[in-house]
Amino acid sequence: MSELSIQHSTRNAADERQRGGSVTHTVKLTVNGVEREVAVEPRMLLADTLRQQCGLTGTHIGCEQGVCGACTVLVDGLPARSCLLFTVAVAGREIETVESLENPDGSLNSLQQSFQDHHGLQCGFCTAGILMSLTALFREEPSPDETTVRDQVQGHLCRCTGYQQLVEAAMAESGRNAQVTR
Amino acid sequence: MKPAPFGYHRPATIAEAVALLDALQDDVKVLAGGQSLVPLMNFRLSVPAELVDINGIAELTGHDVTGDVLRLGALTRHHELERSATVRGAAPLLALAAPYIGHPQIRSMGTLGGSLSHADPAAELPGIMLALDARMVAASARGERIVPAAEFFVSHFTTALEPDELLTAVEVPVAAERTGHAFLEVAARYGDFALVGAGAAVTVDEDGAITEARIGCTSVAPTPVRAAAAEELLRGATPDADVLAEVERVVAGALEPTPELKASAAYKRRTAGVLVARAVRQAWREAGGDMRGEEAA
Repeated sequence: MSELSIQHSTRNAADERQRGGSVTHTVKLTVNGVEREVAVEPRMLLADTLRQQCGLTGTHIGCEQGVCGACTVLVDGLPARSCLLFTVAVAGREIETVESLENPDGSLNSLQQSFQDHHGLQCGFCTAGILMSLTALFREEPSPDETTVRDQVQGHLCRCTGYQQLVEAAMAESGRNAQVTR
Repeated sequence: MKPAPFGYHRPATIAEAVALLDALQDDVKVLAGGQSLVPLMNFRLSVPAELVDINGIAELTGHDVTGDVLRLGALTRHHELERSATVRGAAPLLALAAPYIGHPQIRSMGTLGGSLSHADPAAELPGIMLALDARMVAASARGERIVPAAEFFVSHFTTALEPDELLTAVEVPVAAERTGHAFLEVAARYGDFALVGAGAAVTVDEDGAITEARIGCTSVAPTPVRAAAAEELLRGATPDADVLAEVERVVAGALEPTPELKASAAYKRRTAGVLVARAVRQAWREAGGDMRGEEAA
């Protein structure tokens, strides 16, 4: 077994150049409305590109296996886990991260403010991802009910809040939107 | 937790994709939504030398009904199954099962073709395709062939697809008149993989008797399982308490489930029986079978 795995890793190292490991692709994508051009190896994950090459460290990387939801961003308006996307595969697409949410004057937008008001976060590690999932929901459905909100955040792990306060924050936003549209 | 290096290919047509699969046969993986493959690559449990990204192939997208067949491109995303009025009308079981697949972020990206080709025994869609007698369209440099769902799922993560083949589309028969549908699942947590899942499509006659039942179970064996004995038993019957008890018994008796951490074989067997009976009853009522509504309470 160990012999096998040693052979395997040796082969990986030896083949690395042939395996396209050193090939760099130039990828154009739109991040928060700004067109960017990044040079990436095919194996570069979108989460790492955003943090390391775009300097957008608001997107957090938790589990790197598509479970925790911390790295959720919007791709063409839909929530997606940026640790499960190769940058090279999202060429030409529109990416939105938590940095895009603030008001033009730099203040928190109403959903973000609502999180603060309702203690919807404590350590904040999961918050960026949750905000992006909820942003996608509120665009489609400005005034969702609680079941819909809970459905939308089901793919996020939060170890601080017990989820209750972040659902309350989202429901406050939902209530405000209902008044605006009325 | 970063993938090993690989060569990246992004064909624009099916012909280009299958030519690549043909040329790279030994150590190549197809990248569709990536929601199962990329975690495996991040862990380096999967270390393909080459990746063929099919997301740029327009021919693989979209879905429509022609005659009595719903044809779904392999790149149909799970969220499309959830929202499409066409899918909801022609194959309601797919729309009912879609919300059970992973989480919203998974459904944005994950694809029908990817889920079926990956053939995870706990996945929802394979069991439904089996129950609906779907036809898988597989393309390779050698041509195209149709694989019936009953022959497609071979074992854990193993399908009848050859290494040089690409699943390009799935053809699902449009649901007959007076057919009701239900999909039920038990998972440890909301959105988790199913411990047991069951889908049923039940067609009734004018008197509410069942003319045809189609039942698929997931997460009870290395492949999805069709509850053929229960289907047979239900033909011509009205699913009253006695019939449903028999369905439950027959389903549980026919299964040899693989135990897993959170569910023993006995638990899976019993739960599958209960879920199938509930799904059949729900589907039958939705089909209009319960005309007297006497058991409405």
